[in-house]
Amino acid sequence: MVPLPLALPFAELEVGQQFYWHLGNLHLHGQVFLSSWVVIGALLALVVVGTRKMERDPRGVQNLLEFLWAYIRDLAREQIGEKAYRDWLPFIGTLFLFIFVCNWGGALIPWKLIELPNGELGAPTADINTTVAMALLVSLSYFYAGLSRKGLRYFEYYVEPTPIMLPFKIIEDFTKPLSLSFRLFGNILADELVVGVLAFLVPVIVPLPAMFLGLFTSAIQALIFATLAANYIGEAVHEEHH
Amino acid sequence: MTSWLLLATADAVTGAASGAPEGGLFDLDATLPLMAVQVVLLTFILNALFFRPVGRAVEEREGFISTSRADAKQKLAQVQRLEADLADQLREARQEAQRLIVEAEQETDKLYREALATAQAESIAVREKARREIEAEKEQAMASLKADADRLGALIVDRLLAAQ
Repeated sequence: MVPLPLALPFAELEVGQQFYWHLGNLHLHGQVFLSSWVVIGALLALVVVGTRKMERDPRGVQNLLEFLWAYIRDLAREQIGEKAYRDWLPFIGTLFLFIFVCNWGGALIPWKLIELPNGELGAPTADINTTVAMALLVSLSYFYAGLSRKGLRYFEYYVEPTPIMLPFKIIEDFTKPLSLSFRLFGNILADELVVGVLAFLVPVIVPLPAMFLGLFTSAIQALIFATLAANYIGEAVHEEHH
Repeated sequence: MTSWLLLATADAVTGAASGAPEGGLFDLDATLPLMAVQVVLLTFILNALFFRPVGRAVEEREGFISTSRADAKQKLAQVQRLEADLADQLREARQEAQRLIVEAEQETDKLYREALATAQAESIAVREKARREIEAEKEQAMASLKADADRLGALIVDRLLAAQ
């Protein structure tokens, strides 16, 4: 891809290369699924270890899980509201945890040690398919949340506070998933690229600050995605007081 | 770096142009719905393994804490009531003791006065009796003295009269 004077065994970068799996006449991005299974496996292992023996005085991993649970609950309760947040807590929490472990897994697990025929392993969230999938799930959920809670009255939301808002609210339904997916995708991909390019140019020390910054952005992006998802759902179930 | 990025983009663009699955950054395909299904499945799994049990544990603990707190509050109130009761009883006992002391003092005082009065009366009576006895004896003595004096006087008179 890039002419190199010496063939270094590391810090090679491939953009837009996919490791294809073929399922019938469907094409899948194998590297995305492989790395997502690894991070999901790690997440489930943590959860199983932490909830194996629940005690009233929490110890070890249970502490961490309870902290996470309380954190996600506060987030969901603040955004969705006291009445409906319980139904959506698992969804918001899963989004947050999945994105978080994907982002950190992409940055912390030395994927480059595993050779693929084509493409490379990395954060599953650096693939547009993953982020669009989650963004569309968020869209579906807020429609479902609004319709199931308020029935057809949900569509009053489009003409509140005035009917002039109608076109903007309709456009919003398209921009919400678009911005959600592209924000996450762009941030994670850019982070991987920056780290990759720095590691490619100066393989020691120099990429470290970028890596730390990357970890920070990764966590923030997970938080932003989950918060916005909860916020959209909260907007949909919000009852106007007339 | 710029040239490298340009190269990468060019690579992706040419790849996308040549048909078949050849990648690119914005290559949407069956990964999307499968990933969505995967996330939904993960939601159900995490709900069963994480959110429900941890939520139950946390809420149970919150319930336990609030009931123990209510319990403790109740017990504290009881303790305070008992303490007030005890203080009351103590005060009453103190008053009772005070009253008994005063009573006993008055009693002893009275007894003392009575004893004193009897003793005084007795001593007065004894003195009176003694005085009367003395008086009687004195009178008796005076009488006998007078009788003696009369006899002597008569005797003297007799002797004088006889001598003349």
